[in-house]
Amino acid sequence: MILSVRDLAVTRGGLAILEGVSFDLAAGEALVLRGPNGIGKTTLLRSVAGLQPPEQGTVTGAEDQIAYAGHSDGLKAMLSVTENLRFWASVFGLTDIESALVAFDLTELRSRMAGALSAGQKRRLGLARLMVTGRPIWVLDEPTVSLDAASVALFAEAVRTHLQQGGSALMATHIDLGLEEARVLDLTPFKAAPRARQMDEAFL
Amino acid sequence: MRALLIRDLMLAIRAGGGFGLGLAFFLIVTVLVPFGVGPQTELLSRIAPGILWIGALLACLLSLDRILALDWEDGSLDLLATAPLPMEGIVTIKALAHWITTGLPLVLAAPVLGVLLSLPIPAYQWVVISLAVGTPALSVIGTFGAALTVGIKRGGLLMSLLVLPLYVPTLIFGAEVARRGAEGLTVQSPLLLLAGISFGVMALLPFASAAVLRINLR
Repeated sequence: MILSVRDLAVTRGGLAILEGVSFDLAAGEALVLRGPNGIGKTTLLRSVAGLQPPEQGTVTGAEDQIAYAGHSDGLKAMLSVTENLRFWASVFGLTDIESALVAFDLTELRSRMAGALSAGQKRRLGLARLMVTGRPIWVLDEPTVSLDAASVALFAEAVRTHLQQGGSALMATHIDLGLEEARVLDLTPFKAAPRARQMDEAFL
Repeated sequence: MRALLIRDLMLAIRAGGGFGLGLAFFLIVTVLVPFGVGPQTELLSRIAPGILWIGALLACLLSLDRILALDWEDGSLDLLATAPLPMEGIVTIKALAHWITTGLPLVLAAPVLGVLLSLPIPAYQWVVISLAVGTPALSVIGTFGAALTVGIKRGGLLMSLLVLPLYVPTLIFGAEVARRGAEGLTVQSPLLLLAGISFGVMALLPFASAAVLRINLR
């Protein structure tokens, strides 16, 4: 299991923002993307996750391997914590949600409606979803937003366990997770040179 | 896929889910029309099949923007797109859930509300049959409209404009089945055309909905 990104160029709103991005991610590895706001971290992650076709370049090894967690957690306010998790588990063909509840300290909240959770608790539930997907590559976009220090530690522990089990993680984050083994890739050098728009995205 | 259907049905029934919205609208239309038309039972029973069909169609339209917009807003749609479900399956399940929560209650309520419109006796069965055959098409076409306008803020107006013309053939043949049934004429050809439309859109439109949804998710 290896994710390989070669010479990737991505666009946002029809404008090229990143080009020539290449990296490999092997089993047990974590890669942290850094860069200023607007450099294209989210767009890159969405391209890797297959939500957006890249302008150029290839992503190999991503097919049916990726669990994506974006800015929103995809929770339903009127479903309880366990119902939300169980739904995602069965979408991915799994049934066990207990270990995910324990890992993110959600056992006491299990029968609460997701709409009644705090922002940080929602985030934890959103991240717990990754554990019930059974997918080896976690693609995480700002996973620690609205988490407190203790929850960030829980999350780092979950990522570490995932890596030890042979998974890998690709994440965009600004804060230090305390994952010493994680490599860091600064996206600033890959910023696309400004050029004229070649075609009108809106009509594609 | 079954998990998605169960989740959608559960969400529809829970508070704020919008179950019964279409049904309530249908009830309001059929209760108000006799007041608007006045005490002319004969006129009312002549237009009753058409009123029932228009009411059902508008009731369907009312809840269309909930099909995909809610999942788009909370990010579930992105996550579903990366899940092992095919996009065509997702939109089909969404349409099915919409039909079960909106179309099916309308079919079941129509004969009861037909009494208010003094629907002729022979028309009852044909109104129910034509709605049962035609409302799945309304849900599938509506899902296509919802997929086209997902991500557009307040896309409801645009969606109505896009979807209404597509609803016209279903309405024409559906109301024709009910009207001919009411007059005791043979209903075979409009019923076959209505079924043809329903099965045709069920077979083809999920692919179109999935394609536009993929583009809208970019």
